Amino acid sequence: MSASNYQTLVEKFKGTVIDFAGEQTFVVSPDDYLASVEFIHSELGFEMLATLTAIDYGVQAEPRYHLFLRFNSIAGHDTFNLRVPVSGHNPKIHSIDKIYRNANWHEREVYDLFGVHFEESSDLRRIMMPFDWKGHPLRKDYPLGYEEPQFTFNFDEIEGHKPYAVRREE
Amino acid sequence: MPDLQSVTLEDIKHLVSGRALEGDTMLLNMGPQHPSTHGVLRVLLELDGETVINAIPDVGYLHTGIEKNMEAKTYQKAEVMTDRMDYLNTVGNNLGYCLAVEKLVGLDVPERAQYLRVILAELQRLASHMVWLGTSALDIAAMSDYMYAFREREIILGILELVSGQRMMTTYIRPGGVWRDVPAEFDKAVRDFLKILPKRIDQYESLLTKNPIFIDRCAKVGVISGEDALNWGLSGASLRGSGVNYDVRKFAPYSSYDHFDFEVPLHTDGDVRARYLVRIAEMRQSIKIIQQAMDRLPGGPVRSSNYKFVPPPRSEIGVSMEALIHHFKLWTEGFSAPKGSVYVAVESPRGELGTFLESDGGPKPYRVHFRTPSFDNLQVLPKLAKGHMVADLVVIIGSVDIVLGDIDR
Amino acid sequence: MGVEQKLGDMGVVTTRLEDVINWSRTGAMWPMLFGLACCAIEMMSAQAANYDMSRFGMELMRASPRQSDLMIVAGRVSRKMAPVVRRLYDQMPEPKWVIAMGDCASCGGVFNNYAVVQGVDEVVPVDVYVAGCPPRPEALIDGVVTLHKKVRTEKLKDWA
Repeated sequence: MSASNYQTLVEKFKGTVIDFAGEQTFVVSPDDYLASVEFIHSELGFEMLATLTAIDYGVQAEPRYHLFLRFNSIAGHDTFNLRVPVSGHNPKIHSIDKIYRNANWHEREVYDLFGVHFEESSDLRRIMMPFDWKGHPLRKDYPLGYEEPQFTFNFDEIEGHKPYAVRREE
Repeated sequence: MPDLQSVTLEDIKHLVSGRALEGDTMLLNMGPQHPSTHGVLRVLLELDGETVINAIPDVGYLHTGIEKNMEAKTYQKAEVMTDRMDYLNTVGNNLGYCLAVEKLVGLDVPERAQYLRVILAELQRLASHMVWLGTSALDIAAMSDYMYAFREREIILGILELVSGQRMMTTYIRPGGVWRDVPAEFDKAVRDFLKILPKRIDQYESLLTKNPIFIDRCAKVGVISGEDALNWGLSGASLRGSGVNYDVRKFAPYSSYDHFDFEVPLHTDGDVRARYLVRIAEMRQSIKIIQQAMDRLPGGPVRSSNYKFVPPPRSEIGVSMEALIHHFKLWTEGFSAPKGSVYVAVESPRGELGTFLESDGGPKPYRVHFRTPSFDNLQVLPKLAKGHMVADLVVIIGSVDIVLGDIDR
Repeated sequence: MGVEQKLGDMGVVTTRLEDVINWSRTGAMWPMLFGLACCAIEMMSAQAANYDMSRFGMELMRASPRQSDLMIVAGRVSRKMAPVVRRLYDQMPEPKWVIAMGDCASCGGVFNNYAVVQGVDEVVPVDVYVAGCPPRPEALIDGVVTLHKKVRTEKLKDWA
């Protein structure tokens, strides 16, 4: 939250700062991502990674995904927001789970739900969906999977194709 | 009906020690349906006799797709889904989401509503800690504490039902304030409850705190240092049991928590017993906060009067044209938020619950993500369990206080 | 004075075998611990001191499916969990009954999306549906009493 931190980062890593609703966010390019996270951890003293998540801006947008990170500094009583654009063609970015150990599961969740590949991650597997699931559910071009509710006017139609279980499966 | 998929050794080769590949140690499945895993958690254990070499948690058995489903609903309708995430802290989930929406659109909240939010959030913290105490004690086979804790929890659920009509999924806290003013019996009900509670907490403690069996099972089990805990992203009582003073209510106060005077209990051992003592002390501090809030509860409106975002009262719709138009817009389209993203953190009984909300200018949230405390708290399980026995693993999972709805969303 | 009155004095009661077997099945029906989500907390409240379920014969909840008669599916069933539910159901010995507790188990509830099975009756056959989100402990006890009434009218050849 302190402006001086953002200033040092802008000078060092050539990014931009967004100001919205009283908070700033630093936008950095994917090539400087690993170096800036190391800088945030060691020099600026942010000991805790609060969250790592992704936002999908649609198939047409370029860059398609943005990663959002939030850091907490207990000693310095401060917080820090970071955004990294990732391109939609073959999305991949370096993993930070050697610096912040809890990034591993957050990266697994982003990989599972968005399809962003994290290089040199210690363990990249699906976490929320079953292991053999095809597709990445939180992408904007993945359907919600909405099932039509059964009212009286379409009762027989849905009864025809709704699977009901039997007691003993032969 | 899809088949059960099995995890082969190939998939987890990089996570188990070399001895497993030779067949020296045993790989066991502590499956999704288990009496002590507090929900549908699956843990793959690598055992050498009774000692745990590695414990790999496998989550996702309760994944509900809440984040994607919320993108298809308007801001008011999506709030209903936040209750069902961490189902032991329903009021806190609503609070986190509403604070994020209010920050996004720039909505004010009157002071009476803020104090009511504090009272209900602290009551919910007490209820959640009672469930934790009951189920953890049940794992160690101290069954009386389970019955005692649920007896008090019924009183709290009665108060929530008095205020909102529902015992658990209340959706009482809405953007702009709370749904409606509390009835006249609320004051007496809360004060009567606060009178009996300190003795009851003494009753829970008398069974466990100085009990040598409890101390034997819980001291020096599942130890983690403060620095490691920060690096692994722990929060809540798990972090404060290791000596790090991080409580979101003091770090970044929200909803007028800075008006109240309370302490944050800390402990330095970092083991299961430390976390237990921290949570019991937190329950006593919650009583203090509720007492102060009840004594100083101001009068006034309970919901913001900015009718662009908050529905106008029904009595005005018959007489005022603007009220009718606002009502119509809110019910058919919903309110629109400006383009941008916010992140707001609240202190849930488990740790830091953060809501990340991004809007693209429309009436539906474009992306909503919840940073849930149990997700990070569970990730550290392999480190905590290494070298202990299977019975200790059960105690450790209980002390970390996870809720699977929180992890899987 | 009929035969029944005379025999009653000597300590003999005549009835049908089916009635006795059904009555004894309702007397001590042990549920399997299968709480998945929020409804599990209300099930635990129903088991605790205020709304005591052991009055209805459900003194303990067995963790092992081999030793239980009743599966109360409490909570939402996700697609990853569905094969596990079916396998646990298959492991229970007959006679067995299923109560779908809550809206998510009955019809998918609030969640109509890719991740939740729309009603657990797609996976296991259900006897009683209890509505509510989550249903009050009294509603769950009402569901259990309804199941008992249903079991009283069952025929022996259904389970042969």
